[in-house]
Amino acid sequence: MKFSKLFKINEDRSLYPPLNSEGKVDVDLSSHKYVKLWHGPQHPGITGNMSLELTLLGDEIMDCETHVGYLHRGFEKLMERRKWIQCFPIVCRITVPEPDYNEYCFAAGVEELAGIEIPETAKWLRTLTLEMARLQSYLMWIGGQAGSLGMGIVGQWSNYCRDLVLDRFEELTGGRIYHMYIIPGGVRGLLPDGFEKRMEETLKTIEEFMVDIDKVMFNNAVFKKRTVGMGYIDPKWIYQFGITGPNARAAGVPDDIRKKYPYLKYPELDFEPIVGKDSDIYTRADVRRRDLLLSVDLIRQILAKMPKDGDFKAPTPNVLHWQIPAGETFIRSECTRGEFAYYIVSDGSEYPRRINVRGPSYTHAVALLEKMITNTNLADVAGLMTSLHTYPPEIER
Amino acid sequence: MARIKDIISPFTAWKNVVKEPVTIKEPLKREAAPRYRGFHKNDIDTCIGCGTCESICQNAAIDMVPVEGIETKDGDSGLRPRIDYGRCCWCALCVDVCTTGSLSMSNHFKWVDSDPDVFRFIPGVDKKEWDNEPNGYKKPGPNYELYSKERVHMPELKPEERDKSFIEIVRGYSREQAMKEADRCVECGICVATCPAHMGIPEYIKAVRNDDLNEGLRILYDTNPLPEVCGRICTHKCETVCSVGHQGDPLSIRWLKRYIADQQPADNYKKILETENITKNGKRIAIVGSGPAGLSAAHYLALMGYECTIFEKLPLPGGMMRYGIPEYRLPYDALDKDIDYIKSLGVEIRYNTTVGKDITLDELHNQYDAVFTGTGLHLGRSTRIPGTDHPNVYQAVDLLRDVTMGKEIPAAQSIVVIGGGNVAMDITRTLARIQNQRYGKVNIITTSLESEEEMPADREEIIEAREEGATIIPGWGPVKIEIENNKIRGLHVVKCVSVFDENRRFNPKFDESQTNFFAGEMVVESIGQGMDLSYLPESVKDNLKLDNRGRIVVNDYFQTSIEWLFVGGDIIQGPDVIHGIANGHKAAIGIDRFLGGKK
Repeated sequence: MKFSKLFKINEDRSLYPPLNSEGKVDVDLSSHKYVKLWHGPQHPGITGNMSLELTLLGDEIMDCETHVGYLHRGFEKLMERRKWIQCFPIVCRITVPEPDYNEYCFAAGVEELAGIEIPETAKWLRTLTLEMARLQSYLMWIGGQAGSLGMGIVGQWSNYCRDLVLDRFEELTGGRIYHMYIIPGGVRGLLPDGFEKRMEETLKTIEEFMVDIDKVMFNNAVFKKRTVGMGYIDPKWIYQFGITGPNARAAGVPDDIRKKYPYLKYPELDFEPIVGKDSDIYTRADVRRRDLLLSVDLIRQILAKMPKDGDFKAPTPNVLHWQIPAGETFIRSECTRGEFAYYIVSDGSEYPRRINVRGPSYTHAVALLEKMITNTNLADVAGLMTSLHTYPPEIER
Repeated sequence: MARIKDIISPFTAWKNVVKEPVTIKEPLKREAAPRYRGFHKNDIDTCIGCGTCESICQNAAIDMVPVEGIETKDGDSGLRPRIDYGRCCWCALCVDVCTTGSLSMSNHFKWVDSDPDVFRFIPGVDKKEWDNEPNGYKKPGPNYELYSKERVHMPELKPEERDKSFIEIVRGYSREQAMKEADRCVECGICVATCPAHMGIPEYIKAVRNDDLNEGLRILYDTNPLPEVCGRICTHKCETVCSVGHQGDPLSIRWLKRYIADQQPADNYKKILETENITKNGKRIAIVGSGPAGLSAAHYLALMGYECTIFEKLPLPGGMMRYGIPEYRLPYDALDKDIDYIKSLGVEIRYNTTVGKDITLDELHNQYDAVFTGTGLHLGRSTRIPGTDHPNVYQAVDLLRDVTMGKEIPAAQSIVVIGGGNVAMDITRTLARIQNQRYGKVNIITTSLESEEEMPADREEIIEAREEGATIIPGWGPVKIEIENNKIRGLHVVKCVSVFDENRRFNPKFDESQTNFFAGEMVVESIGQGMDLSYLPESVKDNLKLDNRGRIVVNDYFQTSIEWLFVGGDIIQGPDVIHGIANGHKAAIGIDRFLGGKK
């Protein structure tokens, strides 16, 4: 659909000076043609504290430099000074909206190095929490995507739905945001009584709201006008930049870690990776919307298939002085933003030698954004950034 | 049409105008889920202040602090966790790791106050509204453990393999077993405070875990020069208080100590312990008795450069360790290994030398700079019931000594033993073996005043004695030995209803209406031992300060009112090996201080 025809907007948005041989624009600030503008670090359109140093010509962006370092908490270094079990409460804090992927990658890495096989029930419960995490993260994102383009109501609805998922998290794990549930060796509890029934009610509510969100957001002329054809990611860039997750799948690359490198109980679940083809903000949003509904379906599948009792934690050595055998491992999982991975090195001592957290935001927000943002309008920056679903704390882990 | 639909469709949001809001009206009244991790609760009476919560807390949010009204005692540090909620990350690892299960969490999470200090408190001591509420996070299930609660089984001879021989029953841990057992330690140190010698238990367990047995041996010898002995027959008060034992099996601290000592050949000791060159200070100490106290004092004095001479009445060293404890519990080669090392430090032992007969204490005083006596409890006590003057009534300590000396033991076909302590078990099991060797069957009844639960003997001793065929009938008080034609027929007993009064003092009460008769041709008394201080000359006895119960008064360094005379071991504390070792060590420091330190 060519909505540009409806509103008669000039498609040629490229009124800028040509690029030099280094691929940059020669900006002469003393010419008084340009404006330097700091977007962030506290801008609500940015999903966390990072800033964009924009160079504008009129209201159009000519150049952008990304700056991070506003919430550097040094998790990776902190972990080198803590015993293995003491890293367990820390890792979830690396990504606030999706702590469970951190917990899973850390626990799975430790288990792989220590040669521990976790019980079946624990695997199912882990799969369940990872899908619940995906669901609530998308619900948070959907509000952000709509809000950054001026639609506050969608954020109110989706956050209500997210709160319902957090309620389920609260009764399963004992925490709403930081669940601290996936512990090396297994998980910290079975499903509480009546959990499935309440989960089903929550899923139904979410499905009902998703119908409304479809009408208000996805079938909205304004939203389409501002997002279709906007923020294009060239499929050629996918492997150049290392783009993963919905950002890559919206460009037609059907890479999903859950299918490509199956882990936990995903091989026993029936699903296909969600892909799009236009690779613009709208397609990415649509891929995420469908992925959200896929999560709803997967949670139903998991609850139908999983055993409800049995052991949920394998015996481990005494965690107070657990010496993980020397070695290194790379554990990945599919989070809502792409491939989320932990590179863990042990030197055989009670403390990790090195833990490197490789989140997708590093690529998407620092490198890719700089390239995508040139030639766009200042008003679209927030929407564009949200469409990459980046999360700065994960960059500064 | 599609375009018009896209313009109209968003207006469907207006349908929500007529809907009820979903927001919770009174969020402060919302209760959290039953599993929610809120403010902590602590059952203050169950908590032993082991501090494992403090060790696992990655944020240093927990401090162990003294609490008014909670006394420090064996098995309780007297400290309780104080939690700083400015640091707490609510991960609940402290709850999961709590050794006693006293710590849990409430599901309370709302608390607003302008004073930040109120958010640092001692759960259970500082009363909170959620203290008695059932909801909140608890350790999830019995199979969820952060460390193993199960002890690594110690290989032992089966009853049928051991009931005729004096071969050591306990076989010792392998490397893998020892490391696995050592892994269970939570390093709380409750055991260190309780051990009379204050051994560095968590440290040497760590050495086992790290497979650094040289370091382990160094730690053992810091406080205990008889690790082979203590690794086998220590009364292990450390294990009784072990925090892991509150919800599982306590650590096998004694077996781990034995493992360290067993793994090192005696030839390596001097090199590992760096005792090849000791500078002598020219001062001489006389030690009376080569039991644990005397040997311990000699060891530490020798390390300080003193020239020590031990005077031993019997032909071999070790005192009660050799002449009281049966070989199946403490083989002589293990004992000799410890003693040989002490001797190699230059300690001289004069055997068959009775102080008071062959040489007097005054002579020792004249020839030496100071004297330490640890002569122990070698006199058996009698029940003094009618019939105890019969020649077939024996004292357990005498019989045990004769077994070691290789004398003929007068074991009858049926025997009654009176006593419920470890010595009673030792003589029961020794006589059972001899009966088995001679007659091919065991017929021995052991009776004690104390009930099954109160019997002072170690639980495993009672179990193993029964496995070996002995009959143990607790809860009866001896009345009289029946003698017919100058032959013992057996022991008359009455039911003992209580042994101690409300002040925990020995004051047995009997129910005369319930009587019993245990048949036997021989009776052995094992109700405790007394000291023989006849070797003390009058000049010493006159000046020695005694307390109102007739016991020798000593200061913290086991120095008596006669400044050159130090006394320790079973005479002062115990009776057991580890107290003797601790006394000897402390007395060695006392003697060094008395003589003006190392010059």
